[in-house]
This record gives sequence, C-alpha cells and structure tokens, in this order.
Amino acid sequence: MTKARSAPVDVLDGLLAAREIVVFAGSGGVGKTSVAAATAAAAAVRLGGKVLVLTVDPARRLADALGVEHLGNVERRIPDEEFKQAGADARGELWAAMLDTKQAWDALVLEHTPDEATAYRILENPLYHNITSRFVQSHDYIAMERLYQVHQSGEYDLIVIDTPPTRNAIDFLEAPKRMADFFGGRLLRWMTAPYRAGQGRGARVFEVAARPFYQVADRVLGGQFVHDIGEFFFNFQTMYDGFVERARAVERLLHDRRTTFAVVSTLEAAPLREAELFCSELDDRGFDLGALILNKALPAYFRDPGGHRAAVTLSEHAEPVAQAVAETAGDGPVADREAVGRVLRTVGESFLNFEVVAQRELELQRALPVVPEVVACIPYFEVDIYDLAGLITMGSCLFSDGLFSDGALSEGPS
Amino acid sequence: MSNPDLLSRRLLVVTGKGGVGKTTVTAALALLAAEQGKRVLVVEVDAKGNLTDFFEHRPVGFEPVEVYRGVHVITMDTEASLREYLRIHLRVPVMGRIGPVARAFDFVANAAPGVKEILTIGKIAHEVRESLRGNAPWDLVLVDAAATGHIVAQLGAPETMREFVSVGPVRNQTEWMIDLLSDPAITALNVVATPEEMPVSETIDLVGQVRERLSVPMGAVIVNRVLPELFTHADEEVFESLREPKTSEALDVAVADLTGVGGESRKTAGSVAVLEGARLAVTLRRTRAVHLQRLRDAVDLPLLYLPYVFARDHGMRVTRVIADSLGDELGL
Repeated sequence: MTKARSAPVDVLDGLLAAREIVVFAGSGGVGKTSVAAATAAAAAVRLGGKVLVLTVDPARRLADALGVEHLGNVERRIPDEEFKQAGADARGELWAAMLDTKQAWDALVLEHTPDEATAYRILENPLYHNITSRFVQSHDYIAMERLYQVHQSGEYDLIVIDTPPTRNAIDFLEAPKRMADFFGGRLLRWMTAPYRAGQGRGARVFEVAARPFYQVADRVLGGQFVHDIGEFFFNFQTMYDGFVERARAVERLLHDRRTTFAVVSTLEAAPLREAELFCSELDDRGFDLGALILNKALPAYFRDPGGHRAAVTLSEHAEPVAQAVAETAGDGPVADREAVGRVLRTVGESFLNFEVVAQRELELQRALPVVPEVVACIPYFEVDIYDLAGLITMGSCLFSDGLFSDGALSEGPS
Repeated sequence: MSNPDLLSRRLLVVTGKGGVGKTTVTAALALLAAEQGKRVLVVEVDAKGNLTDFFEHRPVGFEPVEVYRGVHVITMDTEASLREYLRIHLRVPVMGRIGPVARAFDFVANAAPGVKEILTIGKIAHEVRESLRGNAPWDLVLVDAAATGHIVAQLGAPETMREFVSVGPVRNQTEWMIDLLSDPAITALNVVATPEEMPVSETIDLVGQVRERLSVPMGAVIVNRVLPELFTHADEEVFESLREPKTSEALDVAVADLTGVGGESRKTAGSVAVLEGARLAVTLRRTRAVHLQRLRDAVDLPLLYLPYVFARDHGMRVTRVIADSLGDELGL
C-alpha cells in the first residue's frame, strides 16, 4: 500500500511542477473529465508553461468551452482573450484535444503497415470497425498511444490526460501490454495459421495445438466467420513489429518518473471502493500514485456542531424563533410568522438531512487506507461547470491560495 | 405519459451512466417485484459485483442464490456461460481439458465482435425462454446491465452476429434471441438517470441510438436522486429575506437564546450554516430542474421519479425506501 513519508498535502502545485504527465483515472460518474480539464486550466493560469489536456468523452458544453468538438485529434490553443473573458490572466498556454479513437486507429494502421495495399485491406475489412471499437479495450490502448505521441513531440511542459470510461479502471494500464501479448501470442498464430501455410486445404492441420480451438470455434461460430477473422488478423499481423515496439514504449512512458496518476472519486462507497482498488493496483504494478482527488464533497459547514444545534432548534422550535425574528426585524415577508416558522422548520430539517450525508463522507474519507502524496477535495458545485471561468474556479480548489482550497466552499462560480 | 406496466414484462434490462444508482434501482425493482409475489432472477452483468450489498448478502456466482425471499441473483461469467452454452445448445461434451480452449475462446471473445456480448445476452435470453416454457421458475428476469456506453453493443449482439455470421449454430441461435428481445410484451429496456448534465445527455443519446439501431422496446426512464422542493414560491421569498444581514442576525440571536448559547458567542449559534445549507439545496434543485426539463422535452417515455435518499449507507433500508417510491410511481 502506498504510504507517504509525511502527511499528505491538499494541493497539487508541487506534484504538477515536478511531473510532465498526469493521468486522471476513476470510475464512471465521478467527474473525472471535468476535474482533468479544470486541473489543466488552473495549471495554465497559475504555473505557466504549455499545458495540454487530452480529453476523452467530454460533455458537449465542456467540449464547446475547450473548442475541441470538431477538431478530433488536432490540438487547439485556447486563446488568451478567452482567459481574459473568464476573468483570469494565463501565465502559460492552455491547449486541448479530444480523443477520436477511429481516426487514431486509422493513422496507426497507415503508419505501421508495410505498404498501402495492406493498409487498405485492413481499413476496408468489414470487421475492422467492429474490432477497433471493441477489441482488447482498444479505446484504452489508443488513449495511451496518443499520450505517447504528444509526449514524444516535446511540445508541452505538462500533459493532463483523461482516461476512457471502462468497467474496470485498471484496464487501460494493461492495454499496451495486452496489445503486445496479443500480437505475439499463440492465439493469433492459431487464427492465422491457415493463411501462413498458404491457403491449402490441409493448412488447418498445420498446428496440432490449434485443433481443439478450431473444433470449438467452428462449431460455435461457423467456419466462414472463423475464416474471416483469420484473414483479417493475417493482414493485421504485418504491423506486428511496429506495434509491439510502440506498445512497449508506451508502457515504459507510463512507468517513467515524469508520469504520475491522479485517482478521482466521489465520497460514496462504491466509487471509493473502486478508487482504493485502483490505487493499490497502481502501487502493485509500480506506477506512481501522485494524488487522490475527492470530488463533489459536501461543504464543511454541514459538519459544523453549531450548525447542528441550530438545525435541531429550528426543526423543533421553529415557532418561538419565528416570533422572536418577527419582533426584532419585523417588516416585509418576515412579518408573516406562520410562513417564517414553516420556512425555518424546513431549513432545519434540510440541514439535518445533508448532515447525515456529510458525516458519511467524512467517515469514508477517514477510513481511506491509501495515502498518496496529495489528497485534495473539490467541493460540490451547485451549478454546472461548463465554461473556462468555471473550470478555472474548480481547478483552483486544487492549488495553494486557491479560492476554496480547504474544501469548505460556500460559493460556486457565478 | 401513461403508467408503464413494467412488472408485467418477463425481461427488464436496466442501464444508466456510471454513478447514477443503476444497481440501487435494479435491487429496488427486484424487491418490489418479489413483494408483488413474483419470482425474480437478477442477473448482474456489470462486473462491480455489489448488487447483493443492497440485500446485505454476500457476493454470489453463476449459480442462482436466493438473497431475499423471491429474489435470486447470479453474477455473469462468460466462461461459465460458454460451458453452459456448449453443453445445452451444441452438445459439445464438457471435457476436463476444456480449460485451455475456453481460455483461448475468451481471447477470441474479446477480439471478435459480439462474442462476449452474445454469451451474456444468450444466458439472459435462455433464462427468459426457459421460464416462458415453464422450465425455469422465474416470473421476471431483471438485468443490471452494462452502462449506457456499452449497452447498445451488448443488446445488439445478436443483431451484430447475424450480420457477420452467415451460417452455423450461432447464426441459428441469434434468431430466437432477437425475437424475444424485440417483443414488447416480454422485454423492456429502462434507463436510470440523475437530473445532471451528463446523465441526461447520455440518456437522450441512448434512447435515440436504441430506436435507430435496435429492435429492443423501451420501458421507462427512471430519474434517481431527485432533491426535495424545499419551498413554495411565496416561502422562497420569505427564505430570501431571512438571509438578509439584519434578519439573519436576529435569527442567530433567537436561536442562541433557545439553544442556551448565550453571551459573547451569540453570533456563532450556527444558523448561518443552516441558511447556507438550505441555499445550496435550493440552487442544486434549480440547476437540476433545467436538466430534468431537457429530459422531458427530448424523450417521449414514461418518467419515474425517485427521491434522493439521505442515508448513512446503502443496504436493505435504502433498497426498501427506493422500492416503496418505485411502487408509488408505478401505481402499485
């Protein structure tokens, strides 16, 4: 289990200054994409340098805010004027790009096939689209591949990358290795054996070990289908050398000291359990776990004992309080004692409801077995974050002297 | 929109974006159906494996386990499903040495389009067909399915298969699966969403995609974690004036007098936090109302509303509360 040498800090400044790549991971629905974009935006404002955010599946308004919706894999610089309009002065540059899996696969095929004819045989195979959109977590592999490309370009001081929504957050870590294993593996040999042996009728007995596989595969899938798959992979295999070499380079980059991981979670049991699992998997595999970011935390005032007492008083004795208020400040709407009493009781009860949730969040946070260098909270924003100003405000929670770096936010961005 | 008669179907599939409470809702639907006297099989497909937590029961495997009276649960396992498939449909003997072949097959299942999905859908459809024939005890098969991003590939597997495989046993198997999955008297696909931007957008996209690409009938959209409306319009005005400095000071003093926090600490009686908390609740509800409206405008399906449950933890208590709300929404 990862243990920091000293107590974790609650800001990202130091980590971001020391690293070139931050990979954001977490289960679906925790706000990972927004947190990654917000971190990059705030880093461009506060740290300077060239910052790139590679985003995977942003909400439409977030894509609009970054201007990446129709750009595919092309990187776009967010102009300084947009920062000025957002009320911020960027010391550095913010660049953004969205991951277009299909486009990236096509480029990869063109790059690694020996000749154009083979490339087009692959690109035009009816199985190609299906296979690249599903096979061995191809989104995960492509995300890591793109990361490698932009890092190799040497263009950026800091690259922040969001990861695709997968059922299991560790899938993408394994993607490069799995890709290399697949190309080098026995299965691909079996499937392509008939083609390597020259399409003859006896080709299938070529590898005895493959026989039980074919017996089952033929009966289940039908011989034609197995044939189609085999042919496709036969062409695909021409990319072997380039692919395996690249997959290994990608894996090395993820293990590099310049790369760190930020795990995002909400303070709910299921996502936290997954986050914890992910943190220990990272550790087991020798990756660097830099930060745990707890998103959508309820404001600290829900855990204020004074607030609790007041809420109990209001929910139980709203009428006498209403009367006292009316006597002291009694004109306008607050003169209506009955209405004031009703409102105060509601307000008290609502506080007690949220307090239950806030208390649960605190307990979950205290029970975390993993302590990386940084454990930071982002408060629950009561309005949606969809523009640059919102991203900067959200990201600032993760920096020292941030507006709300103690997580006790009371005001959202307006 | 008329009340969707969900519980009369034999197969209910539940999907939704990650984090919206898909599993909670599935568990609650199971509880509700069981208490209506139905024998329910829940199939957990999305491999989180925590559905049984909602019944405070240990995790289960591929064999049905009764986790509550009338509710059996299985967790999907494609290799186990493959063995069963080979045994039942193709009469391939299950040899001891199927291990390495099954592992190789698992690899192909990952590589070839639709294979893994068809093993999942195949198992589900098999249970439904067997129950229709009276060979399995289920009145309802309930699926905690893949998230919105994967559900079309999953439910569309038989159709994808039919496109790619022209002959062979799998091809034949796809026909009856498609018939079963597209029968509105049997099957309904339901989407869980919370009234937030991404879950609503994904729900709208999904409904469009399902209609365009699949023949699976839609059931309802279940809107989870709806925050309570704190005030009427008139009371909200009262609330706003209570937050004005002069009044909120008076309020704090009044609260301090009643709680016995007197003297110099009067100004920290805590009513400011309470007012802030209510303001957060009001704003959240308002932000979410916009998304809810967007959902209502874009989707012509019955919408069922479930409240935000302010609870310490998930377990039988939360499952019960959600099941009761679902029952109210379904008019039971």
